Amino acid sequence: MHEVTAPPGATAPVFYELEAHAHGDGGTLIGFWLYLMSDCLIFAILFATYGVLGRNYAAGPSGADLFDLRLVAVNTGLLLLSSITYGFAMLEMEKDRVDTTLMWLAVTGLFGLGFLGIELYEFAHLIHEGATPQRSGFLSAFFALVGTHGLHVTFGTIWLVVLMVQVRQRGLVIENQRRLMCLSMFWHFLDVVWIGVFTFVYLMGSMR
Amino acid sequence: MSAVTGAGLVRKTQDDGAGQGHAQGHGQGHGAHHQRGAHGSFRSYMTGFVLSVVLTAIPFWLVMADVLKDTFLTSIVIMGLAAVQIVVHMIYFLHMNTKSEGGWTFLALVFTLTLVVITLVGSIWVMYHMDQNMMPMSPHEALQRP
Repeated sequence: MHEVTAPPGATAPVFYELEAHAHGDGGTLIGFWLYLMSDCLIFAILFATYGVLGRNYAAGPSGADLFDLRLVAVNTGLLLLSSITYGFAMLEMEKDRVDTTLMWLAVTGLFGLGFLGIELYEFAHLIHEGATPQRSGFLSAFFALVGTHGLHVTFGTIWLVVLMVQVRQRGLVIENQRRLMCLSMFWHFLDVVWIGVFTFVYLMGSMR
Repeated sequence: MSAVTGAGLVRKTQDDGAGQGHAQGHGQGHGAHHQRGAHGSFRSYMTGFVLSVVLTAIPFWLVMADVLKDTFLTSIVIMGLAAVQIVVHMIYFLHMNTKSEGGWTFLALVFTLTLVVITLVGSIWVMYHMDQNMMPMSPHEALQRP
């Protein structure tokens, strides 16, 4: 609501904002949060599927036979480090330093690529040993859940590269800050999902 | 909402470009007007990181070294640690609080968590009981049935 008031001595009307807006950013951040919540439901369904099928080995290999926990620990560390380096990028963004922001974003991207590399190596190793998604209900649910998370990290990394190009070209303008905040939520959200993955799938699957 | 907070919002948006007004950390002041992700501090990020490292290392150690010698007990403990770590990530990395965006992000989160719990508990409960009520049969026997 705008109210027009002419102050004494002024010719042009002055506009006052009388109603506070709930979203100073046009609602992008709350909207992106709602998208993340819907994404959370997708992962909930995949976790539920894994919870139901996770012990149906069809006389095939179990998690205890297949998982290499040292590799999973390295992967978890990489994702955690990428979360903190993205946080550093956001702190540099607030100080309006383009170069260090880009540097931390690049480090985040490298950690993301390292995570994806190890995950693809693990998948290739499993498929090479005959533990394909078709082998058992456990492996179908495993590849669906972990694969969907990996796909999210893949697209997050692509998004990261695109934003680095945009920041390089246009600087840390308000639009790029908003985009970086959305990716920040996305990236940290993927780390939250990974907590569930390494706990329910890898650690609990490795125990006999 | 008063005109004062509305004016504060406009000034805050302009300050984002100038890089001021974020040093006070999160969780105070006009929570509804803070942009998420824009109000962490180096200290809060490091706190979250150290807590996460500890909360990740303990479950891996428990399982890899088989410390507790009991599968059920270990499962309960590592699920509890995962729940704590998720809360740590929500607070220190996602800057979750009950006031941002006028409380709507928190409300959406609570609603989503309700659906997640219904989905997980419902699926596992129903499927477990269906499994219990089926005639015992090995996969090999199932293949031989007409």
